[in-house]
Amino acid sequence: MLNHLFHSQLALGIAECVVTALLALTVMLLARKRAPGLLKELPIAEIRGVAQIVAVGAILAFMLRGPQWTSLLVLTGMMLAAASIVRKRAKQIPRAFLLALISICVGAGVVLAIMIVFGVIPLQITMLVPVGSMVIANTMNTQSLFLDRLRGEVTSHVGEIESALTLGASPDTALLPYLNAAFRACLIPSIDNIRSLGIVWIPGIMAGMVLSGASPLFAALYQFVVLTTILSASALACLVSSHLVTRRMFTAEEQLVLRAA
Amino acid sequence: MPSNSQLACQNLGRALPPPESRPLLANVNFELGRGDVLGIVGPSGAGKSTLLRLLNRLDEPTAGTVWLDGVDTLTLPPRELRRRIGMVMQRAYLFPGTVGENIAFGPKQQDRIISIGEIDSLLTRVGLTGYASRDAFTLSGGEAQRVAITRALANDPEVLLLDEPTSALDEAARRGVEALLESLIRERHLTCVWVTHSIEQARAMADKVLALKAGRVDAYGPAAEVLRA
Repeated sequence: MLNHLFHSQLALGIAECVVTALLALTVMLLARKRAPGLLKELPIAEIRGVAQIVAVGAILAFMLRGPQWTSLLVLTGMMLAAASIVRKRAKQIPRAFLLALISICVGAGVVLAIMIVFGVIPLQITMLVPVGSMVIANTMNTQSLFLDRLRGEVTSHVGEIESALTLGASPDTALLPYLNAAFRACLIPSIDNIRSLGIVWIPGIMAGMVLSGASPLFAALYQFVVLTTILSASALACLVSSHLVTRRMFTAEEQLVLRAA
Repeated sequence: MPSNSQLACQNLGRALPPPESRPLLANVNFELGRGDVLGIVGPSGAGKSTLLRLLNRLDEPTAGTVWLDGVDTLTLPPRELRRRIGMVMQRAYLFPGTVGENIAFGPKQQDRIISIGEIDSLLTRVGLTGYASRDAFTLSGGEAQRVAITRALANDPEVLLLDEPTSALDEAARRGVEALLESLIRERHLTCVWVTHSIEQARAMADKVLALKAGRVDAYGPAAEVLRA
């Protein structure tokens, strides 16, 4: 219907954005009793999201004519932004920004570097930036989930953690069951994404590749590659995080810092 | 500082960090010889649990000193200190797993393997014969607290801190656990700091009593003297 009303590609794109944004707002309006705060967050998130993605589109269009190294600059900026977003979800954890930044840089950075070395991700701006951003964004989501879940686990098990300390346990030992629970919980979405691939959903990158003329079989295999890359980066970032987070939850005298708010 | 005391504290206190800086506890002094039982009494919010947590450094004192066998506890590694000063909390807070695994937890932290025979014998002593393989989460409140006491004793502590260990139990379980603690303390000649709401319990068990009120020492001395007032 929209394509009959709007004839230029840009106008059609804007119209589609408005329709989908309104749809999301309507759904959140229906669900406002469940999470009233989210309804207020959504319009800002939508405006921010569309502005950011349009800006990235413009930068990509500009970069396509520029040198390769600029893609590294963009990915670094994305990692900084991702760490800042994680910090907002993990407010109670001291020095969460640095923790998230190190974890995302190691997780996404190492995995992307390996993929580039093996030639799985070509060192071209048009591939590196979109695939890299997908890996960074998913790593960021997993980090937020991990730290949020861990905060919840710790604040609801203060008695058990301190009991372990009173028995002479190290902070690492006292925290271990809750680190494991958070680690498992945050990776479930990534594993389920791979498990349900092709059956429950056909992800955007595969759809995009097919639409732009790639072989559907290659597109399918490449989609699997991207999702497993995301899982590796997310798991590696959480592993780094789980090592760094213990020192932030205890004092040097091995006293638990984090309490229920 | 005290030469013959096993546990002592001098001007011990803790205040909230700035900007609030409100004192939670101030100027606490006491001295306990080996096998002495100190009863800590006082209304809710008086600072009783805060005091216990300073003794094994679950919280950091902001003033004063705690001495264990004449050594300033700030000079001891926290894990060693907590192994030597055991603690039983208001609730059992058992870990997932069997009763036996819970009891073996403390010794395992020092790379000491406690045998099944030792675990069984400890459980028999607290009236839980044959419980070693039971799931810790299937126990009643009284049974769980008995396991928590056994778990603390399996570490062979020199001092035992009891933070109202029977306050979350029903009347029947409370009497049983109290009787058990009394006999264990006498039998092992344990130095003990026992936080209690019950004057009767303090009178029955304590050699000395320290009464707290709004974070300050209201009275301290031999139990008979302090509790007579």
